[in-house]
Amino acid sequence: MNKTWWKILGSVLVIYTAIAGLLLGVPRLPILNESIRNLYFHVPMWFAMIVLFSISVFYSIKSLSSKSEIDDIKAVESVNAGIIFGLLGLVTGAIWAKYTWGQFWSFDPKQNFAAISVLLYFAYLILRNAIDEEQKRAKISAIYNIFAFPMMVVLLFVLPRLKDSLHPGNGGNPGFNSYDLDSRMRMVFYPACLGWILIGYWVYTIRFRIRSIENKQQNN
Amino acid sequence: MQLAKEVKYLIHKEVLLEWRSKYTINGVLLYVVSTIFTCYLSFISLGTEKLIWNALFWIIMLFASINGVSKSFLQETKGQQLYSYILASPAAVLISKTVYNTILMLVLTTIALGFYILVFDSFTPPDLLLYYVAVIMGSISFSTVFTMVSAIASKAGNGGMLMAILSFPIIIPVLILLIKLAKNAVDGLPWENSYDEIGMLLLVNILTVATSLLLFPYLWRD
Repeated sequence: MNKTWWKILGSVLVIYTAIAGLLLGVPRLPILNESIRNLYFHVPMWFAMIVLFSISVFYSIKSLSSKSEIDDIKAVESVNAGIIFGLLGLVTGAIWAKYTWGQFWSFDPKQNFAAISVLLYFAYLILRNAIDEEQKRAKISAIYNIFAFPMMVVLLFVLPRLKDSLHPGNGGNPGFNSYDLDSRMRMVFYPACLGWILIGYWVYTIRFRIRSIENKQQNN
Repeated sequence: MQLAKEVKYLIHKEVLLEWRSKYTINGVLLYVVSTIFTCYLSFISLGTEKLIWNALFWIIMLFASINGVSKSFLQETKGQQLYSYILASPAAVLISKTVYNTILMLVLTTIALGFYILVFDSFTPPDLLLYYVAVIMGSISFSTVFTMVSAIASKAGNGGMLMAILSFPIIIPVLILLIKLAKNAVDGLPWENSYDEIGMLLLVNILTVATSLLLFPYLWRD
């Protein structure tokens, strides 16, 4: 039981936010209107992605010193899980943009930078495919992962603040800080973030276990 | 002190090697000049919108520097690499390559900028000094990022394509900052408006050099 409590917590929180996010009241803001509910489904994807990529960098650093295969598998599987959340973040954002900005993709700086940071991790996966020898692959891809991580941080957190964007929270558009005043939204948003991070971590542990079983079978 | 001596010696070696063959510098120079010429012929119908020419200049510089800098590790044979690793510390190898590439890129971009202004008569930015600062920042950033990425790509043993795939997502934020800085120069804005970009570029460079120095010792050991 003490190993599964966080899985139950994550599932309950995500189910709660799916129901409460669609049913509870939200403040009426111009332009956004009811589409403000996307906050519960779009933003947690990025949080889950950042957490998974941070886990991946942590295990990449660890695998450089320990040279253990397990750390390498952990690093790559958390990237695999993180990319799913990054793509979901792009898709939920694009659907929201269709109804608010009128286009799925309008080359807004935030969209561009998010897409580039996902590209970065696709490059990481392609680099892995390019190398056959396992230990060499673990070492070189870990180095690229650590090298790329600070760039992703710059892309997602620093550069969008230098450019004009239509994204909520930029350039005078109402952002999360102005919703923050409304405690009804906080009641759903924080549980949603925690829930999706837990689900993301769960996906990563399952993927890791599948890969280690496959590895064991190949070695026998 | 030992490190400084090694770096100095290695840079001397790189410059000497380049001076003897003059392959990289002439090759990339011809590449830049012919690309500028091709761009001129294909984009001239768009008129003399300065911002288009500015963006084009940076794209030409990007591809020229990928070609120029990627030589640094991809060109060396295994024996050559082994030899320099026995003689010098990995930090010295990386620093010397980065400094040498920066010098190479500075020479190249300066010539390219001169040729660009010569060909596109109307292009000359009002604030040439600020534009040149952008060019210097560009040379430094391109060489710090591409040196490390070319080291990674050469170890992966799958030259050209991998180099482009790995370096593009990393260089795009730098490129965006550079184009913005250069645009400020083209628009003739006062220097105060550009301090943000210059500061960010310096920060990104320090970050890149620091992570490269930390990671390179793991990379070269086979």
